[in-house]
Amino acid sequence: MAEPFLSIQQVRKSFGATTVVQDFNLDVEPGEFVSFLGPSGCGKTTVLRMVAGFEEPSAGKIVVAGKDITRLKPNQRNVGMVFQAYALFPNLTVAQNIGFGLKVAGMPKADADRRVAEMLDLIKLPQMGDRYPYQLSGGQQQRIALARAIAPKPKLLLLDEPLSALDAKVRVSLREEIRSIQKKLGITTIFVTHDQEEALSISDRIAVMYGGKAEQVGTPFEIYNRPATKFVANFVGTLNVLEGTVTDAASGKVRVNAQEVSLKGKLNGSKSGDTLSLALRPEAISLGRHPGRDSSLSGEIAEVHFLGSVIRVRVGIGGSTVSLDTFNSPATPPPAVGEKAEISFSSGDMLVLH
Amino acid sequence: MKQGSRFWAWLVFGVGTAYFILPLLATFEFSLRKRRGEYSFDAYRSVFEDPNFQTTFTYSVVVAVFTILLGVLLVVPTAYWIRLRLPNLRPVVEFITLLPLVIPAIVIVFGYIRMFGSNSALPFLATARGTDVLLVIGYAVLALPYMYRAVDTGLRTIDVRTLTEAAQILGAGWTTIIARIILPNVLIAVLSGAFLSFAIVIGEFTMASLLNRPAFGPYLQNIGANSAYEPSALAIISFAITWGCMSLIQILSRFAPRSANRPN
Repeated sequence: MAEPFLSIQQVRKSFGATTVVQDFNLDVEPGEFVSFLGPSGCGKTTVLRMVAGFEEPSAGKIVVAGKDITRLKPNQRNVGMVFQAYALFPNLTVAQNIGFGLKVAGMPKADADRRVAEMLDLIKLPQMGDRYPYQLSGGQQQRIALARAIAPKPKLLLLDEPLSALDAKVRVSLREEIRSIQKKLGITTIFVTHDQEEALSISDRIAVMYGGKAEQVGTPFEIYNRPATKFVANFVGTLNVLEGTVTDAASGKVRVNAQEVSLKGKLNGSKSGDTLSLALRPEAISLGRHPGRDSSLSGEIAEVHFLGSVIRVRVGIGGSTVSLDTFNSPATPPPAVGEKAEISFSSGDMLVLH
Repeated sequence: MKQGSRFWAWLVFGVGTAYFILPLLATFEFSLRKRRGEYSFDAYRSVFEDPNFQTTFTYSVVVAVFTILLGVLLVVPTAYWIRLRLPNLRPVVEFITLLPLVIPAIVIVFGYIRMFGSNSALPFLATARGTDVLLVIGYAVLALPYMYRAVDTGLRTIDVRTLTEAAQILGAGWTTIIARIILPNVLIAVLSGAFLSFAIVIGEFTMASLLNRPAFGPYLQNIGANSAYEPSALAIISFAITWGCMSLIQILSRFAPRSANRPN
């Protein structure tokens, strides 16, 4: 791995007796887009605010481009930030907002004007320079906020839930725009969100946080398909969790609701008689037996929801219920509630949660 | 029923208006009676031609301007800092700013005379200029409840913390943040406080009189004690000045920068 551009080392933050971030470590490569994903109160915004300089770590170190910035004031860090509430200055026009950082840095007016025009082009709002923030929509305001943050060419871009206040459609288009601008400029970016779809769709890597700790750091593919902890598995995507008991550790046999499943090589040192949580993504399960799927469980159709192109089926297996999605086919009617059903899956897709 | 409630509403409005307007009309009518047997503006002419009117009024206006400047310099950073970093101290600061409403001006001015006399460590009262400075400080204290309330209310309408952080991360220091971001966004509130301060200073008598300064308040009192029609003319002029200030607040508030969070 190349020398990390941003290195957060053993960072801890306490407010009085409450520790909100504990022993947080993360190395971010130059130009990388890393998302902090987690529920409210997990400490993701606090870590971001420590990188920005708005909060001082109780312990640990933050290094950017080889320089320790832990005790530097926010205005000395050369970091750009976009806030959830836009935070555009209401008394300044769009152009003045974008040029604010340049003016503070003492850039000559002609150069600053040129840079502002460049930024307005970049966010595809070239005609908006003379408008005031209240004359713009939420999406436009957030694009201006992005332009303002990157205009002074910061070393690092911090995005604090920048899409949360926007409606669903704008959110999707703006997140793609943010990602494309980030790639174009190659700026190292930290993005805080509680929306897993957002994090999965635009990040190079995701740090899933819970209780002030990074539960897992990995690519979206790794996070989704190989969750390291129960929390990550539950938080990212939809998951069916079944309780099982190891019947024969040597051959990997596990009993799930009086039926046997083979999980050879996945038991990670579990002994016979141990209870395990087993997880399956809905897309890894099929209704009925299918070739290539080596495991199956029998149950009864509990619920059927017709969603148009997709039919969501919930199958009761003993005391648990498993969700799965099947594509709608006009030739095949959906299963009926109460029908006996068999679900099949590949044992390789089953996750053993610890 | 609806017709009836409307009648009572109009009646209350009419009585209220008459309660405020009639004494004013009576004063105005009396101020026009200087010339025997006919209405004239002689009393007003006499007031405006009086060199003491011009001197004292100019003096009070200058003192008011300095009072406003001192008030803004004192109150804006204080209210901002309380909101940003010390919100727990807000009730204490509010209580302190309300003290001038409870402690009479005469108590404050006697305190000043004892504290800052010619023989004290800070002899403000030893020179006329020093006394002027003390008067400005005293007026800033008297106007504190109005100025602080106005500015604090203005700060409540903006997201002080996020705007500060947004400016900080763009490289701005405290002076730039207050001068370029906070002050322009609470300008209307500051102006409201400023005009209220102006109205207080223009008519203030106790401090100016006891510090023996040639202000408009003591002049008003002196004219009131020695003339018949001029005091009424001066009362109307004072009302006009106050109303002018209030109207300016209204007009300027139309040009207030609108917050992103409160469009229109």
